[in-house]
Amino acid sequence: MLPAPFEYHAPRSVDEALDLLDQFGDEGKVLAGGQSLIPLLKLRFASPAHLVDINKIKGLDFIEERDGTLRIGPLFRHKSAERSSLLASRYHVMADAAPQIADPIIRNRGTIAGSVAHADPSGDWGTVLLAMDADLVLRSKKGSRTVKARDFFSGPFSTALESNEILTEIRIPAAKAMTGGAYLKLERKVGDFATVAVAVHLRMDDGKVGSAGIGLTAVGPQNIKAEKAEESLRGVRLDDAAIKQAAALAAEASDPKADQRGSVEYKRNVVRVFTERGLKRASERARGGG
Amino acid sequence: MGQPITVTVNGEKRTAEVEPRLLLVHFLRENLRLTGTHIGCDTTHCGACTVLVDGTPVKSCTMLAVQADGEQVTTVEALAAGGTLHPIQAAFKEEHGLQCGFCTPGMMLTSIALLQDNPDPTDDEIRWALSGNICRCTGYMNIVKAVKSAAVQMKAAAAVPAATAAARS
Repeated sequence: MLPAPFEYHAPRSVDEALDLLDQFGDEGKVLAGGQSLIPLLKLRFASPAHLVDINKIKGLDFIEERDGTLRIGPLFRHKSAERSSLLASRYHVMADAAPQIADPIIRNRGTIAGSVAHADPSGDWGTVLLAMDADLVLRSKKGSRTVKARDFFSGPFSTALESNEILTEIRIPAAKAMTGGAYLKLERKVGDFATVAVAVHLRMDDGKVGSAGIGLTAVGPQNIKAEKAEESLRGVRLDDAAIKQAAALAAEASDPKADQRGSVEYKRNVVRVFTERGLKRASERARGGG
Repeated sequence: MGQPITVTVNGEKRTAEVEPRLLLVHFLRENLRLTGTHIGCDTTHCGACTVLVDGTPVKSCTMLAVQADGEQVTTVEALAAGGTLHPIQAAFKEEHGLQCGFCTPGMMLTSIALLQDNPDPTDDEIRWALSGNICRCTGYMNIVKAVKSAAVQMKAAAAVPAATAAARS
């Protein structure tokens, strides 16, 4: 399968890339890892007239903790996330998710930011960022703006990203003491999209929940932030009753469709079970275990 | 409308003018006639078209040829040097790591990248590393055996020059 014809551009700087995107408007598309976009081009689900490849721009594959923020660049690839000791030690939800993205060969090229910008409701990273309350920096020729992850997704494959913008940085509040997380994903086989997945990012504070982030994958028209479940946990002791209640609220927040992967009832029940397990695992890790 | 590219394929600089929409796998197979790289699913699932780009396994049906401009690409054709099979090829042969052979080029290139990273992998690590390469014949058992056997051979081969060097010094 060949994509429809397009013009290819490989700018050497972000400014140059933004100039091109500004010029092309809706006819331009950013190419990062390409592991979703190239299949879409081949299937002719997308046929932009101009492809702006950012892979030749140096310095976009960064991850760093600075001034109380974890910053991730647009070319930080799944493989790097999988191998990051920083994520393994302090950002468990991301470390858990990374090796569960697609398959190892795809992880060599695919990027976190590209996955988020692609906004597949079955994508994993959007859910993780919702749980972590991330900010997304969207830059255009005219300047940059910051959008909360929860305001970024607007539907299947739809986001706040304008055609002349690049998602130049993901910003996550730096993990404080007593923070733990987990990402639980049910998939039929390696490389399949999630049947259901749940992200939990939890900070404990003096034996109680300081803050809880819960995100849901593949159970609605977009990645979902289970806000009522999160609120139910704030300031409470994380006992069985609190966990059960939050899990029930997360299941209620899900809006799955029946397909070859399972029925509505089944998927909603997996949300409930995974939220329970995720909260338990996250709290163990927040206490330095697991 | 052609775009000029220069790609180092199996150590040799290859220059061509290609359409931007040309996929790397088509560039290798059709422009360079390196048909050892197979097209399986053509949808980024099966891994048959895996090649190494700067040493990293990549599905060549999911990368544009223009993206390989300036890069080093390694295909299965580079493995046998001077008519001698690469240890991974010899091991796949000895351990019956293939039946129809369609997935084998991708399997071997992914395995080589694994062994460069991890010279002594466990069965689980091999299965994990190869989980993006699908085989419809073997049931994978003999592929895992072949990779383990190649690991032993490659370690032994690496140890000989090192020992010789140590003896000289």
